[in-house]
This record gives sequence, C-alpha cells and structure tokens, in this order.
Amino acid sequence: MVEQRTIKVDYMARVEGEGALDILIEDQAVKDVKLRIFEPPRFFEAFLRGRGFMEAPDITARICGICPVAYQMSAVHAMEGACGVKVDGPLRALRRLLYCGEWIESHVLHIYMLHAPDFLGKHSVVELAAQHPEIVRRGLRLKKAGNEIVALLGGREIHPINVRVGGFYRIPTPGEFATLAEKLKAARDDALATVAWVKGFEFPDFEQDYEFVSLSHPTEYPFNEGRIVSSRGLNIDARDYHDHFAEEHVPHSTALHCRLKARGHYKVGPLARYALNYDLLAPRARQAAQDAGLGRVCRNPFQSIVVRAVETVHALEEALRILERAERPEKPFVEVRPRAGRGLAATEAPRGMLHHTYELDEQGRITFAQIIPPTSQNQATIEADLRRFIAPRLHLPDDQLRWQCEQAVRNYDPCISCSTHFLKLNVERR
Amino acid sequence: MSTVIVGIGNRDRADDGAGPALVDRLAAAGLAGVTLAVAPGDMLSVLDLLDGASMAILVDAMKAGLEAGAVRRLDVSSSPLKGELNAFASTHLIGLGDAIELARTLGRLPPRVILYGVEARDFTQGRGLSGPVQAALPELERQIREDCACTKPH
Repeated sequence: MVEQRTIKVDYMARVEGEGALDILIEDQAVKDVKLRIFEPPRFFEAFLRGRGFMEAPDITARICGICPVAYQMSAVHAMEGACGVKVDGPLRALRRLLYCGEWIESHVLHIYMLHAPDFLGKHSVVELAAQHPEIVRRGLRLKKAGNEIVALLGGREIHPINVRVGGFYRIPTPGEFATLAEKLKAARDDALATVAWVKGFEFPDFEQDYEFVSLSHPTEYPFNEGRIVSSRGLNIDARDYHDHFAEEHVPHSTALHCRLKARGHYKVGPLARYALNYDLLAPRARQAAQDAGLGRVCRNPFQSIVVRAVETVHALEEALRILERAERPEKPFVEVRPRAGRGLAATEAPRGMLHHTYELDEQGRITFAQIIPPTSQNQATIEADLRRFIAPRLHLPDDQLRWQCEQAVRNYDPCISCSTHFLKLNVERR
Repeated sequence: MSTVIVGIGNRDRADDGAGPALVDRLAAAGLAGVTLAVAPGDMLSVLDLLDGASMAILVDAMKAGLEAGAVRRLDVSSSPLKGELNAFASTHLIGLGDAIELARTLGRLPPRVILYGVEARDFTQGRGLSGPVQAALPELERQIREDCACTKPH
C-alpha cells in the first residue's frame, strides 16, 4: 500500500498577494511541489497598450505598493532606450538615490515584519514586539528612513508620482536634501545593528547550487543599470534578454515561470546581487558582511535575511554618498521625443531583477508591453528549494513542516501581486 | 488634547475609498483642532499618524456580511479587534488589526481609539463610491463629530 501525506498551506501569511503551496509526499519521498499562484491576472501589459509612453512609469508604479520605484525605473529606462535618450549626471544619481529609498523600505519591512518572526518562533511582528519592543522600534525607525527618501524624491511614500520619462517633475531644494542627509546619518547605526541582530539567528543547514542572475555594472553595486550576468557565465545586454530567457505558462499558476533557455531555473534577488557584485558593496556594508561571517558568496537562502540587512547598510551608505556630492540638475528632466521603436531595460527591484519591454509607434503610443517581475523568475527556483529542503524533514509533524516550508518561501520575499500576473500550503502524504 | 482622524483605503478601488471620502467631507466642512489624514496603503504609516494623539478615529471599508453602507463602531482602546474583524485583508502585509496591536504593544496607541467600519459593496477598480456607501457618509460624519464633541462651524 502506498502511504500518502498531504501538507497544505491554504493561504500563506506574511507574503504579498495570494497563493498556496501544495506538497505531495508519497512513500516517504517528495513527489511534487507546486507553488500555486491564484492572485487573479491583472492585465497590466494589456492595458498599457494604446497609452502614451510618458504614462508608463505612473501606470506600472501601480503594480506594487512595495516596489513601485522598481517599476518606474525599469519603465523609464526602457522608454528612454526606445527613444534614443540617455539620462546621465545628476539626474541619474538622483534615480539611484530614489532606488536606495525603496530598497531600505522594502528590505526593512521584510527583515523585521515578515521574516524575523520565523527565526524567533513568533507568528507575527506583534508577538515579536511584545518580547523585543526595542528591536521592532528600531525596525520602524529604519524603515522610516527609506520612506523619507521616497517621499522627498518620489513626491509621496506610496506610489510615487514625481518620476517621469527623462527625469523628475520636481527636484527637491538643497535644504530638503540636507535635512534628508541628517535623517539618514541617524539611521546608520540602526542598519548596522540590524546586521548584528540577524546574523545571530539559527539557520537551517541548507545550501543550493544556484545559477545567480543579476545586473552587473563596472563601478557600482547595481540598481538601475548594467549588463545581465550569471554565475555560470551569462553576460548579455538587457536588450538581448528575450534571446536567453523564456516565460512559460504552468497550469498551477497565474504567474508565468521564467527560465534560462540554456539551463532552466535560476535565482534573482539579494543573494544573486551579493554573489555577483560583492566587491562593489560600500566599504561599511562589506565590513558588516564580513563581521556577520558571510563569505563572498552565500548559497543558503535562509541567510538572505542577513544579505538584505547588508544591502540595507549599502543603500544607506550609497544614499549618503549621493547626497554629499549632490549636484542640482539644471533642469528636472531631459526632453524625450517619441519615435517608433523598441525599448528594453532591466533594473534591480529589492527582490530581484525586473525586466520591461515596450514597443512604441511614431507618436509614442505603446503597442506592446511585457513585464517580467522577479517573483516569476524565482518561482521555479522556490519549488526546487522546497523539493530538496523537505526531503530530509519528512519525519516532522505536518504543522512544523508547514511552518518551515512557509519560511522557505518567505526567503524569497515573494511579491505575488507583482508576479501575477499568491500563498496557501497544501502537503499531501500518500 | 489632540484628535487624529484617519481615512484608510484606496480611492481608486470604489468603496475602499469610503474612509478617504469621509475625511474629504470633514476637511470641506471644517473641523477645528483635529488632524485629518488619509492612509492609502501601508498600515505601518498609520502608526506614525497616531503618535502624540490623545484620540484616534480610524475609518475603513469592511466586508462583514452586512448590508452595504452599514456602519459599525468599535472601541479598540483597550481590547483588540475580534478575530473575524481582523481577517487579513491588506495587500500590504500588515493589516490594520496588526498595526493597531503593534501600536498597543509598543505603547504608541492613543488612550482612546475608535474604529468605524463601513460595509462596502464594491471593491472594483475606479473612483466613486456605491450608492449605499455614499448615503452612509452624513450619518457617519455626525457620529464622528459626536465622538470629537465637535460641531459644524456656524
């Protein structure tokens, strides 16, 4: 007789969006793992068609309340590419500054509110706060530092409105930048204390031989710009993305799975960026990584919480570096005239690379749009992680196994609303 | 003594905009000595709005199986939201219930906190409240003014 065991997580908590995880265990072996995404399709790509190229950053910002800046940045770079314009100098630096704000907001939210409770045996940040109020207060202060950047440069904290193709609508005043810099300096110690805190967590002994994929720039830890590189030798221009990557529909998900045509699933996000760009971390961030005992490459997805904390230090340092040198652009934006063409760009959202493709007609109307968010790129890798992670843990009771599986999914900080284009855990033991 | 009134919700998702619409009414009619705010998404931002207030009134759309436009008043000053009303309904990870409890745990909850829930009919995309929710606003405004012991300016 075949012994079956099913573990179901019907709605995963502490992930963004709606999805479920089904695990089928048959004769003490993991038979199937499906990360089911049932967040309804959102049709953003379809309703971008017919809209003006200038509207793309504001429309795509609405895809996600947590990483709207990433959507705006990939959109503006793609549009500028299509129209043959390169935005450089102070405007480019201010885009990086805005991105720093989003990384801080998003990483700190994930570290403190969503992921840390897993490691400390808490069900929520409210339980965590009851035992460690000072730690949660620190997290809230640090997140606020990120909010300050986005609010100042983006016009407001959620769904920023100040980004336009070619630059910004308004550049803050030198006084506003100076006030921001003071607030960020005050957040530095909190960021370093965060690394020191999370490094002490107990991590499951689990490493995977990932193909890491991220942007890579010769002189900068990547936010907005760079070639797409991998730990197995891929090195391409973002414009050649579709030659090397393919999206495929899987029946159990409203999100498309994305694969490298040559080698299958791959991993984007903090671990990938860190492994491929270690030398470009700000000195203080690199030192924090060393102090946390991280090597140049980290293959344990549970330690992504430490890498996020290191990247938070980096984002603060980078933001301060930009503010110290801030030259005020002569104009808040570069004029971009539409032309018929194709624009492709990738930037680094907090949870990984985000690729946009647009086609425009001669009036600048969008005739085609394709958006490939990080979570759909990671989805097959999440399933692969779970298959290997569960196998030696089958002796665990269902509720414990369920918790650990949820935690393994949260390693990815998945944004299911973004990728649906998320989570419930079902484990079936046969 | 300061009071803050927070309208929670997204104006572009039909009845989810009930809280912000109520705040708009109060702003238009004038309400002295009260801070008005809108929280469109991130519930953690609500914590910042509560700091230093002696009373907070939070207005949010809800789905509680009532008739559209029905209003429920809950005093959460000393006790948490009941389980069924604290169902996870935020796309931004921390729901309102968690935000209130986090504020309470961290000692940031004002001494008096009233939560008004307005039963929504429609959460689809686009601006504009459904008829029953729109019709509920005057009475809701009257109740909130009573809570604030405020009256319309003459």
